[in-house]
Order: sequence, then C-alpha cells, then structure tokens
Amino acid sequence: MLTKRIIACLDVRDGQVVKGVQFQQLRHAGDPGELARRYNVEGIDEVVILDITATLEKRQALARTINAVAREIFLPLTVGGGIRSEDDAAAAVDAGADKVSLNTAALRNPELITTLAKRYGSQAVIVAIDAKRREDGFAVFVRSGTTDAAQDAVAWAHEAESRGAGEILLTSMDRDGTKAGFDCEMTAAVSDAVDIPVIASGGAGTFDHFTDVFTSGRADAALAASIFHYAESSVADLKRHLRAHGIPVRL
Amino acid sequence: MIALVDYGAGNLTSVRKALSALGAEFMTPAAPAELSDARAVIVPGVGHFAATGALDDSWREAIGDAARAGTPLFGICVGMQWLFEGSDEAPGVAGLGVMKGRIARLAGDAEQRLKVPHVGWNALDFTREARLLQGLDSGAQVYFTHSYAAPVTDDCVARTSHANTFAAAVERDNVFGVQFHPEKSGDAGLQILRNFLEIARQDARR
Repeated sequence: MLTKRIIACLDVRDGQVVKGVQFQQLRHAGDPGELARRYNVEGIDEVVILDITATLEKRQALARTINAVAREIFLPLTVGGGIRSEDDAAAAVDAGADKVSLNTAALRNPELITTLAKRYGSQAVIVAIDAKRREDGFAVFVRSGTTDAAQDAVAWAHEAESRGAGEILLTSMDRDGTKAGFDCEMTAAVSDAVDIPVIASGGAGTFDHFTDVFTSGRADAALAASIFHYAESSVADLKRHLRAHGIPVRL
Repeated sequence: MIALVDYGAGNLTSVRKALSALGAEFMTPAAPAELSDARAVIVPGVGHFAATGALDDSWREAIGDAARAGTPLFGICVGMQWLFEGSDEAPGVAGLGVMKGRIARLAGDAEQRLKVPHVGWNALDFTREARLLQGLDSGAQVYFTHSYAAPVTDDCVARTSHANTFAAAVERDNVFGVQFHPEKSGDAGLQILRNFLEIARQDARR
C-alpha cells in the first residue's frame, strides 16, 4: 500500500535554513546539510529546499546548498524558489534536484510547466500554490505571497495538472508557521479536483494535525518545517503516532 | 568499470551520486563499442518510454550482446521497462526484449483514492529468492514514481500493489531490473545498488 509521505522543508536564504511566520519574521534554523542528515536518520521521506527570498532578490536557486543536501541523503529532493526558466530548472537538476517546484513562474508562463514536463517527465515538475482563504474560495498569491494572482487555487491546480504538473504543493498562507493546523478544507478541495498527488503545507503544530490532513484533508503528503527544525518533535515519533492512528507510513 | 548508459532521458545526477557514495567506478560510454570492456551495464531512466528510442540498433546490439555474454545488466525505472518487449506508452518503440511481456499503464481507483502516477514509498512483496534483494526483508519500502509498469511474470522477484499488482523487481540470470528508484530509496535502495555492484564483482571473477 502506498504510504503517506512526510516531507521536511528547508526554507533557505543565503545558504542557511530560516523559518518565518505567515511568510514574515524570518529566524535562523540551522545548516541545510546538517538538518537533512538528521531528518534522513529519523526517517523523513523527502526533502524540499525552498529558496524563499529568491523571487524577490532575483537570485537563482543555490547550487551549493542543493549539493550540500544531495550529498547527505539518498531520498527524493525537490528544489523551488526563483525557478523562472528552463535554464534555472536545469541548473537545479544538474546540482542534484530530482524535482523542481514552480510557483510565480508557472502562473506567469504556464508553458514552462509543459516544457519541463517534456524534458524531465511530469514526475519532476511540482507546481507550488500559495493560497489564502476568501469568502468565495481560495485566492492564489505569487512573488513570495506578496501579489494577488487573481486566480482560484482549485482552478489553478486543475490547470497545472492538465499542463503536465506531476504534483501540487499547496501552502496555506493563513496557517504558515502558526502551528494552528493544516487548512484541511482547502487541501481537500484541491485534492478532489486533481488526480495527481497533493502535498499539504502550512500550519503543522501537533501530530494530530498530520492525522487530520491525511484523513479529512485527503492529502497524499504533508510538508512541515518549524515542527522539525527546532527538534521539537522527531519524524520517527510522528510516524509512529500516524501508524497508531491507522495512517500508512514508512517506518 | 561499470557502464552507465546515458541516452539523454532525464537526469543521471542522483544515480551517479549514489554509485560514487558506494565507491563504484563507472563511466558513461560515448559509443556502443565501449560497452565491450564493461564489467556491468546500468540502464537508468526517468520520464517517457519514447526516450529509449535514442538507444538505436547499434546500442541495442551492444547491450544485448553484453547481456548474452553474461555481463550483469541492470535496468532502473524506464530502464527496467526497456528490458521488456515494448510499452503501451510508446507503441512504436521496441524494448530490448530480454524479458517477456509488455509494459502497460497502471490502473487507478478513484473510489479508494489510488492515483496515477504512483508516487511515493510502497512495499516490496518478495516472490522468490533473489541476488538483487540480499540483505532486505520482504515488506521493505522503496520510492516509486511512474505511470506504467511491467506485468508479474516468472522473472518477477518482488511485486508491489497499487490499484493493481505489478513487477517491482525482476531478475533472470545476469539481467536485473527495478521499477522504483534505488538511488532515492534511502538505505534499502543503497543496499540494492550494493548488491548489484557485488554481483558485478563476483561475475567478473568467473
């Protein structure tokens, strides 16, 4: 049986892992290679490196950081943040990424999804969607959450799939870093609209939040940062908790 | 020296990193003739079966000759699929045909929320003793990402179930294949690569 994946996210700025709350107030959380090594020992299923300030500061994804992490782990590695062109994606892949995550660039230039899916396969292309609740749905934001994209998350996820995306990484901006729980309603709405896997992100604070997002949220994978970085909880403890609650995980 | 065949299908970086971490010496042959010196041959692959069309007759002959001569041959993901006769993903492109059977699209199951592509960690159900799986127990979890898969035949040594059951690992004499990505499957995956390197070493001594 396919297990539910637990993914650790390393938000990286200037080669160091940082973490904020609702995309603001960044604080230092450690060295990417060291954190990746610890997570691997604890049984993490995948690692995502997000160059979170890249879009604003116009930087390319950091090949050095990718290399430092890829040296430590033999697990699927995704790189996102500031990937705007086929060349940016190729640089990330050449440095050791198995998948690239597109956000702003996918909305601005949806053809890029198809181009990369043709070159590397759909399994290598994740479309990341940052969304906020609205009365009438879930509004997509781009440029690190600063710009309203005038798109609904459910419709955009569906379009991204039809253009060749292999997975959707859905982040609740309302919940990001708050530890108030995943936005299960939003995750379920997107998961129901697509046939590709949906990775839920934003709001993980307790083990039960993960149980919730895998049941009522209908997520295929869950991504978290804060809960793991500061050694508040180990990945292994989380997985034992999930298994005890009937969620299939790799242990 | 192990030959890692690069036919332009996706990304070999991960396979290279894993082989290097295990201390393997390998090269990517620029021409089929270079395969004649190889101690073992690895055909990796991600993406679409059509990409294997880049392995033209001269490559097919060189890889086929090596396999018939007893050189260990290991196909990974699309590289494993290519060992079979062909795939519904690209009906015009023939496989090497050293394994009987045809690659077909995975079934999904909307009711059970079983999606295609099959992405993530799933269990290996061992069907018989296999050199490739030494040191692992049935039930070991490995990382898959694919939409097409091989049928369970006599060559299957481990099967995996999604909406249907397919061959996750195959082995016949000196020919081996895995549908999953050993280079992305943590310690279990590294063990399988280590097993293949050991097979290559042993068979070279014969």
